Amino acid sequence: MTTLTDPPKDSFRLSMLLYDTRYRSMTIQVIALLGFSAFVWWLIGNTAQNLSDLGKEPSFRFLGEPAGYDINQRLIEYNSQSSHFRAAMVGVLNTLVIAFLGCILATVLGVAIGVLRLSKNWIVARIMTVYVEMFRNVPVLLWIVLAMAILIETLPAPNAFRGDTPSASMILNSVAITNRGIFMPAPSFTTELVSSSVAWWLVIGVFVASVLGVRYVRKSATATQNATGVRPTTWYLQLGILFVPMAILLLVLGLQWTSPELKGFNFKGGLHLRNSLIALWLALSFYTAAFIAENVRSGIMAIAKGQSEAAGALGLRPNRIMSLVVLPQALRVIIPPLISQYLNLTKNSSLAIAVGYMDITGTLMGISLNQTGRELETLLLGMLIYLTISLIISTVMNVYNSRMQLSER
Amino acid sequence: MKKSVFIGALTVAGLAAAAAPAATLDEVKARGTLNCGVSTGVPGFEAPNADGEWEGFDVDVCRAVAAAVLNDAKAVEFVPTTGKTRFTALASGEVDMLSRVTTWTFSRDVDLKFEFVGVNYYDGQGFMVPKELGVTSATELDGATVCIQTGTTTELNLADYFRVNNMSYEPVPIETQTEAQQQYLAGACDVYTTDSSALASVRSSFADTSAHVILPEIISKEPLGPLVRHGDNEWGDIVRWTLNALIAAEELGVTSANIGELSAAPTDNPEINRLLGTEGNLGEMMGLDAQWAVRAISAGGNFGESFERHIGENTPIGLARGLNAQWTAGGLMYSPPFR
Ligand SMILES: N[C@@H](CCC(=O)N[C@@H](CS)C(=O)NCC(=O)O)C(=O)O
Repeated sequence: MTTLTDPPKDSFRLSMLLYDTRYRSMTIQVIALLGFSAFVWWLIGNTAQNLSDLGKEPSFRFLGEPAGYDINQRLIEYNSQSSHFRAAMVGVLNTLVIAFLGCILATVLGVAIGVLRLSKNWIVARIMTVYVEMFRNVPVLLWIVLAMAILIETLPAPNAFRGDTPSASMILNSVAITNRGIFMPAPSFTTELVSSSVAWWLVIGVFVASVLGVRYVRKSATATQNATGVRPTTWYLQLGILFVPMAILLLVLGLQWTSPELKGFNFKGGLHLRNSLIALWLALSFYTAAFIAENVRSGIMAIAKGQSEAAGALGLRPNRIMSLVVLPQALRVIIPPLISQYLNLTKNSSLAIAVGYMDITGTLMGISLNQTGRELETLLLGMLIYLTISLIISTVMNVYNSRMQLSER
Repeated sequence: MKKSVFIGALTVAGLAAAAAPAATLDEVKARGTLNCGVSTGVPGFEAPNADGEWEGFDVDVCRAVAAAVLNDAKAVEFVPTTGKTRFTALASGEVDMLSRVTTWTFSRDVDLKFEFVGVNYYDGQGFMVPKELGVTSATELDGATVCIQTGTTTELNLADYFRVNNMSYEPVPIETQTEAQQQYLAGACDVYTTDSSALASVRSSFADTSAHVILPEIISKEPLGPLVRHGDNEWGDIVRWTLNALIAAEELGVTSANIGELSAAPTDNPEINRLLGTEGNLGEMMGLDAQWAVRAISAGGNFGESFERHIGENTPIGLARGLNAQWTAGGLMYSPPFR
């Protein structure tokens, strides 16, 4: 008779890699990883080989050569003699502009629509439902092209503003809405003390300083309130901090508004919002707003009804309930999906070329690619740029998100 | 981004797939069709007709090559490309040749690694404006809004011209001819600029052609012609000499009407005999048969016939031969000898 002993301790055998469930999953993963690496290696090697067969070794030297083409909307100094690199920078800034404007408008619209969709008013709620379904079920490219077509076909050409009995006229003599975009008055400075870009930085600096000042005043007011139970009246101080330094600065710099004027073929002077920008901006914002509205709605519905009932029992009025009790909690649910909507909007802005808006896809990955034939290089660079922008957006939003999270005590 | 990653992946995949430059001729023969890159539509040069079949002056070159190589002028897969996508399409092997109002330039030839096989239309860049603007010269265009197609020589010439003449302009970049036309007609731009032949073509499709004028200034040289990839000289030779065959046929008086008779038996003009394969073995030297040029010429007629049928003075486009006449008639069309 044998007695019961411990099961014999297996020493490790090679076959266990395959038959022993403890090791098998690892084996499979290692093999998959090796296979994947080999595939990527082959892809890179093959591409490099084919490029060199074509006599096109990857090189980024083209970035320093003159671009040769003009760009209409440029936030930095650029002309056709500037380098491809500078053209790419103009494109990056244009991408950032559209992403920034788009995210703001989409959020405002989205929150409004999301809240209204829960309205007790049947018609308002239905209209918002139709809006959401209409916008999120049609590809954004169609909205962009449609917006552009409407702007081009329905608005008057600058020519219509001419003559003794023009068929179109400027609003308040200072804003012209044409099928080439909106021309409006722009601020500028008459001062000769500093250059205009320095002047703008001064304005921004004073503004930021004022906002910080106001925050400081409020903080100390709260501190006083906590200590004494009485909140000191500071609104005049806050207003003063916000407006007086700015007013003085603008006076010194000699702020003036230049209105657009019809000269030659076009309106000259003032600010020109091109219709490519407007069409892209509106289409992207309206489209993304439909998704944000749904996020907002689900965020609000996620808050237990008891919360608002309790707030009501305390005597809060409905709009205070929304702003003090429901929304702050709903934000925690809303922000994470909001981040991906911002990223979507930014990435969708690469459809800009459909309306001739010169973003990074239109400049670096469009004209520069075409004129230099550097497909691989420009596309890799472009992907890197979108990746960077997206990562920055999600980092910023994640920081915001973690600050909005419930701080548990 | 979705789109660009997709294009990026396609490009990379395309580049990766275009492995070992196999002889294009063999590929075309094995496939049984010629992939010919054309534009998305320039009436007269390349555009689908009412039956959806591509036709035009550039299309005839594709058909001639298909006829020479595959013995079937209809065995062509037309791939519409925009000014922007055309070079990637050719470089990645998606098309075997491009025949789409494309200008032969140094950098496209040398840096982008293409082989222009010849010129089938000597052109130059012009400007079109609505007559009501009262503009009579390009030098009056300071401050104008100009519609241009991106990825073309047009936008580079335009930048140079306005800079050199110290004028400013507002460029409106557009991807295809149709969109450009729409914006121009709606008055979203004052001026439309491109190759002047294309301007004539575009204008011919307007409801009221007399309301638009083409300004007298020609600001560039735009020799337009078919092109292939660098590196496959045999294929380049076939496309080059097919084009030359069409040009030489006109010079030698070989037309689609008399080609049956001329190719039946040797004539007393030895060059015609060599061209039509009744003498010598030119076709064989290219890896084709003796009748290649007969088929190429029969496909759409000789160079002059194709010109007159699609863009000549009796068509709505109404272009005069001008520089594109035979050298014997004071033009620049000159085929090297078939010998
Ligand atoms: N010849 C110039 C311009 C060629 C070009 O793109 N022309 C335009 C205007 S006629 C065109 O083909 N458009 C048709 C399309 O976009 O498909 C070049 O090679 O860059």
